[in-house]
Amino acid sequence: MATERIDVRGVARLARLALSDDEIERYGAQLEDLLQHVDDLKQLDTSDVPATAQVIESRNVMRPDVIVPCLAHAAVMAGAPQPQHGFFRVPKIIAEVE
Amino acid sequence: MDPVRASAREIARAVNAGEVSAAEIADTMIPHVAAVDEHLGAYLTLTPDLMRAHARRIDERVAAGEVLPLAGVPAAIKDNMCLLGTRTTCASRILEEWIAPYTATAVERLLAAGALPIGKTNMDEFAMGSSGENSALGKTRNPYDLDRVPGGSSAGSAAAVGGLAATISTGSDTGGSIREPAAFCNVVGFKPTYGRVSRYGLIAFASSLDQIGPFGRSVEDVALAYDAMGGHDPMDATSVDRPFEPAAGHLREDLRGVRIGIVKEFTTADLAPDVAAAYEAAYADLAKLGAELVEVELPTAKYGLSTYYLIAPAECSSNLARFDGVRYGLRVDGADVGEMYEKTRAAGFGPEVKRRILIGTYALSSGYYDAYYVKAQKARTRIADDYRRAFAKCDVIASPAASSPAFTFNAKSDPYSMYLMDYYTIPVSLAGLPSLSVPCGSALPEGGSRAMPLGLQLASPLFTERALLGYAHAYERATMHAAKLAPVQVVTS
Repeated sequence: MATERIDVRGVARLARLALSDDEIERYGAQLEDLLQHVDDLKQLDTSDVPATAQVIESRNVMRPDVIVPCLAHAAVMAGAPQPQHGFFRVPKIIAEVE
Repeated sequence: MDPVRASAREIARAVNAGEVSAAEIADTMIPHVAAVDEHLGAYLTLTPDLMRAHARRIDERVAAGEVLPLAGVPAAIKDNMCLLGTRTTCASRILEEWIAPYTATAVERLLAAGALPIGKTNMDEFAMGSSGENSALGKTRNPYDLDRVPGGSSAGSAAAVGGLAATISTGSDTGGSIREPAAFCNVVGFKPTYGRVSRYGLIAFASSLDQIGPFGRSVEDVALAYDAMGGHDPMDATSVDRPFEPAAGHLREDLRGVRIGIVKEFTTADLAPDVAAAYEAAYADLAKLGAELVEVELPTAKYGLSTYYLIAPAECSSNLARFDGVRYGLRVDGADVGEMYEKTRAAGFGPEVKRRILIGTYALSSGYYDAYYVKAQKARTRIADDYRRAFAKCDVIASPAASSPAFTFNAKSDPYSMYLMDYYTIPVSLAGLPSLSVPCGSALPEGGSRAMPLGLQLASPLFTERALLGYAHAYERATMHAAKLAPVQVVTS
């Protein structure tokens, strides 16, 4: 599973990371190196073994449906890089249809 | 009492007895820490005003008759834990200027118990690393040799306590980030059972593994801090709702009747000769205290590293998706929203964080998910099963905490060689077990001029924190290894 070339640019796009050509080269080689190391997992028999997502038995946690205090709006917005009128300002998301 | 060197227990006793005020402790520590940290670099932010304000409040509460378990104890806080009104950076450019709008539960509880916040400590960026070198915001040095790394990711928290720039501190441990730096800095570092300490206000790295725990210069101090921080918290749905057993005051003095597992697969043959000798001596000391040493097998532990380096990056790629330049932290403008995301993350994250996001994104991507992520989750089951079987034969498992003493800066340029540092801690983390590192001697590292500390890792079954701290306490009392080394004297006081 680790023998094929990895499409690092495609992975970076999924991860929303702009990478230079140098970085693509470097991270690509390091990623392939790591995948060769983790290839040893193939030797471990996991047929009929359930996957562990969480080691402690957990169940869904509910709380009473009542309003409790939360962070003040202004306190949260104070950390925003570009707040405007109490909202998070972002570049235009919806394209115009021609 | 000298608040720089005193234990948390001694400080709290003196403050509660009215022999010294918390304000006086703050007045001594603030200039001392500022001077030491010029050389150590343990802190990213010092909070002297906040420390003084807390000291005043503690003095009022003590005057009103309250007895506080950590009254006046100077505490450092890892910079991935929120502290209201204070910069909380994760040692990352992407959060360099971010001010926390609330306080993490574990920190809140520590402060409510009387601790005084000295500041926020340096770390590997987003807790990804084993040396502290992945910080984007500063360089932390090992207090026992300034040319060596403090370990990581809780680099500053371990260095501050080891270097007498804090009495206790908080760390977080995902694959060894408390235990390995504790071993490197000659302090005790404790990772409780997964779910034992609330993570509300801890900036997430790998959510099925992350756990908060304390550092201290003795097991007793670590127990006091753990008792203050631990227990259920409704604000963290993964915090475990079961009775909390305080550990301080319940620590044992001997190991009679305790069965200590020595792992067959962790042969000391892989270690440098004097490191191996130190661990063999530690195991012999455990036996001298009355423990029965039994050989246990962990045949799947060798798959721990591979399992971890799929699961942790997968979870990290998901958790760090929230840093998109919209709601907090850095933003780099782009022509459209996608370009804004990509440029912000490119400028805000350092190389190790990018590497792990890429690994994780790949391991979770369509076509590879079953081969990598699900396979790793199944391997994790096998590893946890091995520990369950081993604990049928023993009460606690002893091993090295790290595969070598602290190394020099830039010694591990290949990412995988750095990952290998956590060979002994990672399987324990995958099984969610409580575990700690306690000083167990020293060794002269290759090319080094000073003997550097070593840590003994102890790991026990889920939710047996009190017993685990007790075993470590008995060993510490009998050996007193930490006191045999002294940190480099960086200031004359």
